[in-house]
Amino acid sequence: MDAISALIVDDSSVMRKIVERSLRQAGITLTRVFEAGNGAEGLTILADNRVDLILCDINMPVMDGLEFIQQLAGVPNAKDVPVVMITTEGSEAHVVQALSNGARGYIRKPFTPDQVKEQVIPVLTSKS
Amino acid sequence: MKSVNPTLSTHGNRHEEWVPLLDMAAREVFELMMGSQLAPSAGTEATDLTITSMVGLAGQLCGVMSVRCSGKAAALMTSKMLGVELDKVGTEIADALGEICNMVAGNFKNKITGLAEGCMLSPPTVITGSDYTLRSMSDTPPLLVTLLLEGMPVAISLEIHT
Repeated sequence: MDAISALIVDDSSVMRKIVERSLRQAGITLTRVFEAGNGAEGLTILADNRVDLILCDINMPVMDGLEFIQQLAGVPNAKDVPVVMITTEGSEAHVVQALSNGARGYIRKPFTPDQVKEQVIPVLTSKS
Repeated sequence: MKSVNPTLSTHGNRHEEWVPLLDMAAREVFELMMGSQLAPSAGTEATDLTITSMVGLAGQLCGVMSVRCSGKAAALMTSKMLGVELDKVGTEIADALGEICNMVAGNFKNKITGLAEGCMLSPPTVITGSDYTLRSMSDTPPLLVTLLLEGMPVAISLEIHT
């Protein structure tokens, strides 16, 4: 798999670091990692940068993850970029809403690096 | 993660039956996110709990989930979560403990049918220090689980507002 760039959107800086580490443990080579504390910050980053993968929490201040992935439809740099949600919200309703809003995968916290690998590798593989 | 799935409605006010779920929810978070097995406290008195993380629950179940531990235990958790040496841990401790409480609360509610969708979680609040009094509006005793992380107590409680 080619090296990729990723955007990690989570209001916890610790969780952003854990997600990045999990991606590396999954064998994914990261050329660049962008971090955002909420959906609005994520959109600002995507206005000027193209990434290959977006990982996103749901419950965040300012703009939550579900609104963020809805807004991605209007962002040229986010076209065809796979989004995987990583969240404590584990209800079927949240999963269905996230997937219908465009998410390609869903990981419930707490998670293992293996679970990240299982969700992320297929969406990157199918993209390429 | 193990799924137990008792229902919210069948429990009524018999919330003490949720204690094993709270225990399981906490153990899973520590095992999956830190690779740590929590041990039973065996009556160990929980002292020196100087860091408290709290997450509010609202909706079908209202209350407050809290995780309390010593500064040393919180630093160890942060170190394990980030995969860094203990002496490299700094200001991330509050953020890490907040995330732990958030994950325990989320994992707990996902184990009770109907609660995952019907109960919302607040962002975590973290208090440092022990010289404070927390007055809850709860009219029932809190559900309390105390476990040991490498010999250090970690107290998890759920105060329920009926």
